[in-house]
Amino acid sequence: MTDPNLLSNQTSGTASDDAVTAVAEHVTTPPARPNGDDARSLGRDAWEELRRRPGFWISATLIAIMLVMAIVPNLFTFFSPQPDPAYAQLANARQPPSAQAWFGFDGQGYDIYSRTIHGARASILVGVLTTIGTIIIGGTIGLLAGFYGGWLDSVLSRTGEIFWSIPLLLGGVLFMTSFPSDLGTPYMIVVGKVVLVLTVLGWPRIARIMRSAVLQVKPLDYVQAARALGATPLQIIAKHVLPNAFAPVIVVATIDLGAYIATEATLSFLGIGLQPPTISWGIAISDASGLGLLRSAPHMLLFPSLFLSITVLAFIMLGDVVRDAFDPKAR
Amino acid sequence: MGTYILRRILQMIPVVIGTTFLIYWMVFSLGDPTVGRCGERPCPESYVARLHEEYNLDKSLPEQYVRYMGKVLQGDLGTSFNGNAVIDQLATRWPVTIRLAVIAIIFEAVIGIAAGLLAGLRRRSFWDTLVFVTTLVIISIPSFVLGSVAQMVFGVRLGWFPVTATQGTWQQLLLPGLVLGSLSMAYVARLTRNSLSENLSADYVRTARAKGMSAGRVVGVHTFRNSLIPVVTFIGADFGALMGGAIVTERIFNIPGIGGYIYHSINTKDATAVVGTITLLVLVFLVMNLIVDLLYGALDPRIAHD
Repeated sequence: MTDPNLLSNQTSGTASDDAVTAVAEHVTTPPARPNGDDARSLGRDAWEELRRRPGFWISATLIAIMLVMAIVPNLFTFFSPQPDPAYAQLANARQPPSAQAWFGFDGQGYDIYSRTIHGARASILVGVLTTIGTIIIGGTIGLLAGFYGGWLDSVLSRTGEIFWSIPLLLGGVLFMTSFPSDLGTPYMIVVGKVVLVLTVLGWPRIARIMRSAVLQVKPLDYVQAARALGATPLQIIAKHVLPNAFAPVIVVATIDLGAYIATEATLSFLGIGLQPPTISWGIAISDASGLGLLRSAPHMLLFPSLFLSITVLAFIMLGDVVRDAFDPKAR
Repeated sequence: MGTYILRRILQMIPVVIGTTFLIYWMVFSLGDPTVGRCGERPCPESYVARLHEEYNLDKSLPEQYVRYMGKVLQGDLGTSFNGNAVIDQLATRWPVTIRLAVIAIIFEAVIGIAAGLLAGLRRRSFWDTLVFVTTLVIISIPSFVLGSVAQMVFGVRLGWFPVTATQGTWQQLLLPGLVLGSLSMAYVARLTRNSLSENLSADYVRTARAKGMSAGRVVGVHTFRNSLIPVVTFIGADFGALMGGAIVTERIFNIPGIGGYIYHSINTKDATAVVGTITLLVLVFLVMNLIVDLLYGALDPRIAHD
């Protein structure tokens, strides 16, 4: 695992270079506005701000690594001593990290390194699919509620409150107990169930943000002008509403993605999320967290938790940095 | 204020009905209601028949729901497969969970607000960065990892705290309470910091400073108190997350509370207990939210007068 260090060194290098050039620009540009037509948009402003922040590059790099790990785990395990996460040798059980197994062996004699790498997929899949689901459902509902207002808004907002009133973890436990999985349930079905319950409980957050963004934009002069010029609702939404709602939705969605990953791991830890033949960080941590094992083989807990925490951290950090960049008051 | 209270209570009614209906529909209509209620084996005929009768499963869905809610409101949360009434189990367990929650809330309020104050008053200082980084780390470590590690380090290695809390006394619950409150503590710290630093740059604070008011008074009278409004709301509304966290914490420390009961019932595949308990918790959560909303109106006069 030399890649992350290497990459983050590289990026922090470019980040500071950017900072230097940005300062230089700042000194020279204000009077000169080349063609007069490009007063910078909010998005462009935010991007300039983001580029200069090391936090952005660190979190983006970590997320990129985790995504690659989820898609092609073999890329990371190819050079390791035991690339196969399903190969176990009971005689090796609980041995600490060594040249034969970089992260050591777990209670069944599996290689922890390759299981940790392969475990990324479940977490990332749940996080990404849930986020896409909440953005589609929450975004559409928030848009409709804010744009059309009236009784539709009341109905949709109250409906959102109903789903919002069930705490995420309690709802997850309830759903997964009512629709239990066993050893024979296919991987995608189990992942699908977790994604479904998290989406169903999570969409109102996005809907609220979308709705308030729409309400902010709707009374503005340029929207009224567009309407007066005969723009259809669809055009107004696409040209004026969505670009304004984009930033806050992305920020909250990114931070929530981290929370969804943590919730999935918690459900797996409680034994009702993903099930054992599946490789996942939550299951690995659950297996390793008994007091006896924690005492004799702490490495079993350390590595999967480290990966899980870093992933959650990366998403929360990215959300934080993007929010600061889009918030003019924070500058 | 009176109309505000009335309006909030009226708004609450459809949400309570909707939420409980959603839960009922999901458990008893969408899925197979006998699933996961009889341990590892499929349910015997007699139990299925009893369940059908108990929950009126041959009636129409609205009627089932109304009858079910009638029972819930009378305190009947169902009888689990081993013959124990869920409500009796909860009756013996709730004091433990309340104690755990009290420790967690005191911890998150006191330490969280203190840390937020420290960071918010000295923006962009060393303390601000320290609080930012610490809270980020706490937020990203899942509570079950934190709990297991704390149990190992402080319980077993250092011996500062009891390793498990099988009696559920205050002393035993101290460490689990800190673990349970840590995530919310991080959020409280961040919230206090942001709300404080936002208020400190408000016009009325500049005016107060300009007329020569002492720094302590500016912070104490004009900023700190109204900065706490969102914090109070958060702590109250956090009850749901706290109960979710209690399932994990009580599992790790083997605590005989409500969370431990839920975990135990998940493990023995006793869905009646899980469903009954969580329905009750959601109802309590809704009431807590209502109280917080009313409190919010009292703390911030702008809310009640719109």
